[in-house]
Amino acid sequence: MSDTILRFDGVSRDFSSQKGFFGGKRTMRAVDSLTLDVPRGKVTGVVGESGCGKSTLARLALHLLKPTAGHVCFEGNDLAGLTPAALRRQRRHMQMVFQDPYSSINPRFTIRDAVMEPFQVHGVRHTRAEAKDKAARFLEMAGLDPQLAERYPQQLSGGQKQRVGIARALALEPDLIVLDEPTASLDVSIQAQIIALLADLKTRLGLTYLFISHDLGLVRYFCDRIVVMYLGAAVEILPSTDAPHRHPYTRTLMDSAFLPDPERRKTVTAMTGEIPSAFERPPGCAFAPRCSLASSRCYAEKPVLLTTERHPVACHHPLD
Amino acid sequence: MSLLTVQDLSVAIGLLPLLDRVSFSLERGEVLGLVGESGSGKSLTAMALMGLLPLIGGRITSGRVSFDGIDLTRLPEAEYRTLRGQRIALISQNPMTSLDPILTVGAQIDQASRIHAGLSPKAARARSLDLMRQLRIPEAAAVHGHYPHQLSGGMKQRIVIAMALAGDPDLIIADEPTTALDVTIQAQIIQILCDLVAERGLALLLITHDMGVVAQACHRVSVLYAGRGAETGPVRDIFARPRHPYTKALIGCIPQEGQAPGSLVGIPGMVPAALAYPKGCRYHPRCAIAAPDCRTDVPTGSIVDASGAVAFCHHPLEAGHV
Repeated sequence: MSDTILRFDGVSRDFSSQKGFFGGKRTMRAVDSLTLDVPRGKVTGVVGESGCGKSTLARLALHLLKPTAGHVCFEGNDLAGLTPAALRRQRRHMQMVFQDPYSSINPRFTIRDAVMEPFQVHGVRHTRAEAKDKAARFLEMAGLDPQLAERYPQQLSGGQKQRVGIARALALEPDLIVLDEPTASLDVSIQAQIIALLADLKTRLGLTYLFISHDLGLVRYFCDRIVVMYLGAAVEILPSTDAPHRHPYTRTLMDSAFLPDPERRKTVTAMTGEIPSAFERPPGCAFAPRCSLASSRCYAEKPVLLTTERHPVACHHPLD
Repeated sequence: MSLLTVQDLSVAIGLLPLLDRVSFSLERGEVLGLVGESGSGKSLTAMALMGLLPLIGGRITSGRVSFDGIDLTRLPEAEYRTLRGQRIALISQNPMTSLDPILTVGAQIDQASRIHAGLSPKAARARSLDLMRQLRIPEAAAVHGHYPHQLSGGMKQRIVIAMALAGDPDLIIADEPTTALDVTIQAQIIQILCDLVAERGLALLLITHDMGVVAQACHRVSVLYAGRGAETGPVRDIFARPRHPYTKALIGCIPQEGQAPGSLVGIPGMVPAALAYPKGCRYHPRCAIAAPDCRTDVPTGSIVDASGAVAFCHHPLEAGHV
């Protein structure tokens, strides 16, 4: 078995939209030639602001979106080259937990039906008693009282619903789980519970996670390595959580994350501007207009991320 | 005398009591953080201060709210109307829903100046542009003519802040003003709010569930749990020596730099629903050190140290308690 469970090889994804009623089509690149290995048994974190392409990346990982260019390979198989039946077989090994537990569970399903739905999709039949046992087992794994199986989603709290989402992702005993902001809509106390649960499940079941988040503090705590994305491209891959950051954008993210310690208040540097529109991508480094270190070279020449390096950073003036 | 004093405020919606004897005070030039999980009564407190409880079928059942010497609990609606916007302004959580989608953002700030400050259309526009520049909105004149959907979330929240400032209020109540925003934008907005407090001598009631925001921005903090006060005091003291187990647990929910793997556990259980509030201390079912008296007796607030911090706990943690 290879050490890499999932591989992005020069993956890009475009979306196009109509500009006005009579206008022509315009195209935006949500993910731009991304190359990334997701190592088996580890937690790979992807962090970035809204619009950086992290949710598109999550969907590309499971081939819920087709790449415009490049290849996404799971266990060495290019997902785009698979027949629908073969893709479905692969998907048993890769599951997803969505951000919003309020909208990702069918309100007309009981919790048991929701947890058992993956089996139906994959044509696994169960007797009523088997289904009951199995659902109870996965609910317990996710830290829920199996008696909740008879209830409907609206009778559960946000944290409980997210646990149902996790139980459902576990049902097919996958190898890889893509977690797309699984705690973004939860209270901090519940967020910490869910992260503890995910950490426990990973050790017990030998899972691999691709963990998407906008919270750098959380990513640093939970992940083994961290991919920082900006405007569709990976700008830095931190090989470990204590590796010093080298990209000025990563530093900006670090400086913006408030610590629960009034003795260590952050000095918010007035970073001007926001993420540029992906429709009007600047020619050089996408971060240059907001970067205090930007030189004329940054506006002209796009920095490349050399994924072969131990600590890749796409910057002309990396920090030491 | 404090600008705002809330003393033993209780609020009910219909027959259901939700807030139970909540107290805090706020001075000019001060930021007070009101923290707690969903369902702790933070937003309800904001509604009560704004006199908006009738909109949701609620009312103040007891207690006193005094704002600059005015008793808000007995204020007729007509007088409340002159207070809202001009003396007390509200910044709500979601800038996407607090702006009118069919008016330009400039027109909306103008409108606030015209209503609250009685300015002419021309003077209102000049004032709006001035406010927008103070809030570091680039190309203010162009943005003035934009519609909300043309702006990013952070820019929309700045417009909402500009509207709040248009009436030149003494007190701003900001209800989770950055929850819907990215971290870099959150940092900018919090900085803007803190600068306003320092420059204009405003009082800011900052409602949040994020202890990171509290540590960054607030002078004092008041922690709510299930409709009751848990602990209140100066931010530095509360973070250095949390006396209420809930405060300590809430701080512990945010991963610190270099936090050991597996050490982040959260708070077991969840905030009880208002219909199922437990007897005694409402936190006791989730509390690691709950004793028999916690299950039966409601803790009264007691001053726990020289800083004036008050904890509503039968067994406040000692310094160095793990």
